[in-house]
Amino acid sequence: MKVVVCVKQVPSTEAKVKMDPVKGTLVREGVESVINPFDEYAIEEGVRIKEKYGAEVIAISMGPPQAKDALKTALAMGVDKAVLLSDKAFAGSDTLATAYTLSLAIKKIKDVDLVICGKQATDGDTAQVGPGLAQRLSFSQITYVSKIREINLENKEIIVDRLLDNGTQVVKAKLPALITVVKDINQPRIPNIFSIKKAAKADIPVWGPQDLEGEANKFGFDGSPTQVIRIFTPPPRGGGKIIEKDIKESVAELIDILSSQGIIKI
Amino acid sequence: MALIVKKEECTGCGICIDVCPYKGIKLNSAGIAEVTENCILCGQCVDSCPAGALYIEEKKQEREKQSYSGVMVFIEHEFNKVHSVSFELLGKGKKIADELKVPLYAMIIGDQINNIIEEVKNYDADIIYAVSAPWLSDYQTKPYIIEAENIIKLAKPEIVLIGATTLGRDFAGALATRLETGLTADCTELSIDKEKGLLLQTRPAFGGNIMATITCPYKRPQMATVRPKVMPMPQKIFRANCKVIQMLPVSSHKDLDLELIDFLPDTIGKVNIAEADIIVSGGRGMKGPENFSMLFELAELLGGAVGASRAAVDSGWIPYAHQVGQTGRTVRPKLYIACGISGAIQHLAGMQTSEVIVAINKDPEAPIFKIANYGIVGDLFKVVPEMIRQIKERKSKNS
Repeated sequence: MKVVVCVKQVPSTEAKVKMDPVKGTLVREGVESVINPFDEYAIEEGVRIKEKYGAEVIAISMGPPQAKDALKTALAMGVDKAVLLSDKAFAGSDTLATAYTLSLAIKKIKDVDLVICGKQATDGDTAQVGPGLAQRLSFSQITYVSKIREINLENKEIIVDRLLDNGTQVVKAKLPALITVVKDINQPRIPNIFSIKKAAKADIPVWGPQDLEGEANKFGFDGSPTQVIRIFTPPPRGGGKIIEKDIKESVAELIDILSSQGIIKI
Repeated sequence: MALIVKKEECTGCGICIDVCPYKGIKLNSAGIAEVTENCILCGQCVDSCPAGALYIEEKKQEREKQSYSGVMVFIEHEFNKVHSVSFELLGKGKKIADELKVPLYAMIIGDQINNIIEEVKNYDADIIYAVSAPWLSDYQTKPYIIEAENIIKLAKPEIVLIGATTLGRDFAGALATRLETGLTADCTELSIDKEKGLLLQTRPAFGGNIMATITCPYKRPQMATVRPKVMPMPQKIFRANCKVIQMLPVSSHKDLDLELIDFLPDTIGKVNIAEADIIVSGGRGMKGPENFSMLFELAELLGGAVGASRAAVDSGWIPYAHQVGQTGRTVRPKLYIACGISGAIQHLAGMQTSEVIVAINKDPEAPIFKIANYGIVGDLFKVVPEMIRQIKERKSKNS
């Protein structure tokens, strides 16, 4: 069995993305990058499948050269190989172009049975690349997976739990399939020093458009139908009133405020 | 496509280097800006350059033919009931359609959908495109996007709106790829650029720390998912002359690639947090699983749902389905009551766009107070029971 895990490097949430009020541009204090939190669960699940069923697990990422760091973490956690998709031609990709580029890499890897993505990335929060990738590959699309119950390689089937709004759906799908995973699926391992050192030395191949059989106008900026035309800070939150009375009076005042504004109905 | 430096105009001031979050630009040995391989063409430096020495080479894409016209809303339904976000979108869609002077369409996919069609007629659509077949009774990605593509190719709407629900985001991501067009996720604001007639799609990013306005200038349709409860519920306006076009299905039962084995409903709490107008949420300060019962009691009194911080979920006090925050759900209720939640940035990312935030915490320095509209500094084990008591008292007086 061959499993591909898709990984994105994102700015750390602790980095506090802010606007520069004078220049009106994005400022990131301490530009620390981390693996997208949902992708850690995807990597862990890939490694667990390998341990349970025997599989070759390959992590792929598209991004600038420093995204290699994210792939090294994936290697330290136990994936077998990693590939970075990085080239100027990929710059400015929106979700359509990203899913296209990743799909070509997965086709090049060949005979992939299962693709695992995080539910969404914490920078863009779109949750669009997973479904887009499933369509490009014509794989069964299974989003919001909270548990893999069974993989039956003989019948080419996978049974999973999906976390939906009102409960959990148990579904069976044909392989090859693409799943997007939520946090509940596992507890990612913390790699030990030995595997971190080994991963640091690993050779991570970098693929560009010349390595993929794609159409040039579907990559990067050219292949991205959406354009960001403005970035701004949301209006500051109003209010900010601390009610400082004894508990009984504070609660009474709070309920008065909320019900007079029609926020709660009593 | 590239970021270009007009060398003769660059003053070497270095502002572009400061604003670039990606180390995508540097000063070369001649003291002039030079683009590095890290550049992702985000364009922030272009706006920052005081000398106007930077620009991104224009797209040469051909604008798709102007044959696309009209605003289409995807009607989401389950158990023969239309999701409220679809009505909200019909209301917003009507306003946009009027502004563009184009028709409003609805798209209904399902089985035995006559009463859904009748219901949608109350929301001022000009044409309803409907397709029904037994294998379309429950949502599944593949057959639904095959039918949606068929309808969109016939109706050619310039805009397609879909609710940013669990189902809607599964559907929209797949459909936009099939149509090879642009999709903007989770919008909180939609408007029309009067000059160009483009849909301006505004959405939070980076956990709500910034807002971005996105357009899809060349490809059609322009697709957006919109968060539930952001757009107002419109008045019912029955359209007697609303035309219904019944389509023949183009998918088949063979396109059902998921087989439903079981459904395990969420047993605790009557309202799920994705839909709730009011969320009462508990964090580390709850101290243990047994104490969540008072939050459920308060939530039920207010007709709301119970949420939790990651700390509470990871401690096993409440299931993951209730987690609000970066690795849980993003919510935007009318009222969010945070009990014993300090307000780590990862938690704020999932709830800071709530309309009104109330914080109850014994630590006056807790960051949650910085974003709360109203705060009570105190022991939640005294404050919450007091809230329950007073609300019950007022309810019995009012009834």
